[in-house]
Amino acid sequence: MPSLKDLKNRIASVKATQKITKAMKMVAAAKLRRAQEAAEAARPYSQRMAIVLANIAEAVGTDDSAPRLMTGNGRDQTHLLVVCTAERGLCGGFNSQIARFARDHVRKLLADGKTVKIICVGKKGFDILRREFSSLIIDRVDLREVKRIGFENADQIGKKVIGLFERGEFDVCTLFYSEFKSVISQVPTALQLIPAAAPAVAKTDEASAAAIYEYEPDAGEILSDLIPRNISVQVFRALLENVAGEMGAKMSAMDNATRNAGEMINKLTLSYNRQRQAQITKELIEIISGAEAL
Amino acid sequence: MADFNFELVSPERLLLSERVSEVVIPATEGEMTVMANHAPTMTTIKPGVVTVKAVDGKVTRYVVFGGFADILPTGCTLLAESAVPVSEMDAKLIEKRIDATKSELDDGSHSDEHKTRLEQFLAELTQLNGIVVAF
Repeated sequence: MPSLKDLKNRIASVKATQKITKAMKMVAAAKLRRAQEAAEAARPYSQRMAIVLANIAEAVGTDDSAPRLMTGNGRDQTHLLVVCTAERGLCGGFNSQIARFARDHVRKLLADGKTVKIICVGKKGFDILRREFSSLIIDRVDLREVKRIGFENADQIGKKVIGLFERGEFDVCTLFYSEFKSVISQVPTALQLIPAAAPAVAKTDEASAAAIYEYEPDAGEILSDLIPRNISVQVFRALLENVAGEMGAKMSAMDNATRNAGEMINKLTLSYNRQRQAQITKELIEIISGAEAL
Repeated sequence: MADFNFELVSPERLLLSERVSEVVIPATEGEMTVMANHAPTMTTIKPGVVTVKAVDGKVTRYVVFGGFADILPTGCTLLAESAVPVSEMDAKLIEKRIDATKSELDDGSHSDEHKTRLEQFLAELTQLNGIVVAF
């Protein structure tokens, strides 16, 4: 049976923890809003990029002149996985969800006799994947110093991937990240970067003018300039979704923690009061029985 | 004068979307002025200055670092890799890019084609640096 003093200390400590988790929840909520705004602001670019890409891809056609980034190099032996996770923990199952999804994928590829290479973006995913596939991880990108994810961060990753492809280090590249559905639901997603399938865009009246487009320089050259950009844009979008997802997951995790702490405080307070009452009763009995003995 | 809708979009946000009468774009094969009812054109952009002339005659300038433009008779969309209003432009920003490109060039592990592109990019940046300092 813990003493009164022990109970009091525990209540104080749980209360302090509750304050921290509450503050973390509020910080996560503010950051989530900002992350959502950033994702929202980035949307016009990727949307227009998709439209333009679809137009040009149609104009160029799928003959041999299409860039290799788009058609692939015809092999399917070496797979590169870019796994994006958060830099920090304390966000529920967010990181392990992505890591588990990527791990299943790696196992399947290995079972099929493929070669797998991994690039980790974010510390947490690296920590988890290192346990099993430390020999497969060829690189990791650290974004811990980055306060606000900019396009440059994504561009660096994109350039790295393209550089590896040009040197023939892999044949197929897949991006793993968590799609932000809502605050309480983030879905781990795999997106194939290389070879890049041209996005299918519903034709609007405006877009159907594609047939009479003039290209300067020619369409093929624009396309080969556009595809690397598009890869960076996809990475950028994934990173933004990830940040929003991380903050959403953190918010609900911290909300749960705050509620649990509240329950715990209630329980501890109850047993504290009970014990105090017991002690008072005991003292009273001692006094009364002492008085009777006189 | 006829006006059209001009949009300047960077990956991070939509910078500008308004009715304008005239836009000068630093296309890869030379500067071009876009006005209303321009023939549908798609072009890549080199680092340079975009001059936007609004309907009321107000002129704003933006520095862009590469990208491409999608021009239609009814409007023009400029997808820039990075765009900054000239008033907020800092010569250091360009110098940082020049340094980054130089170090990438020195890396030496790239294909010839990539190298040529980098060299060209470097030249364009250096030229841009001169223009911006003059502003």
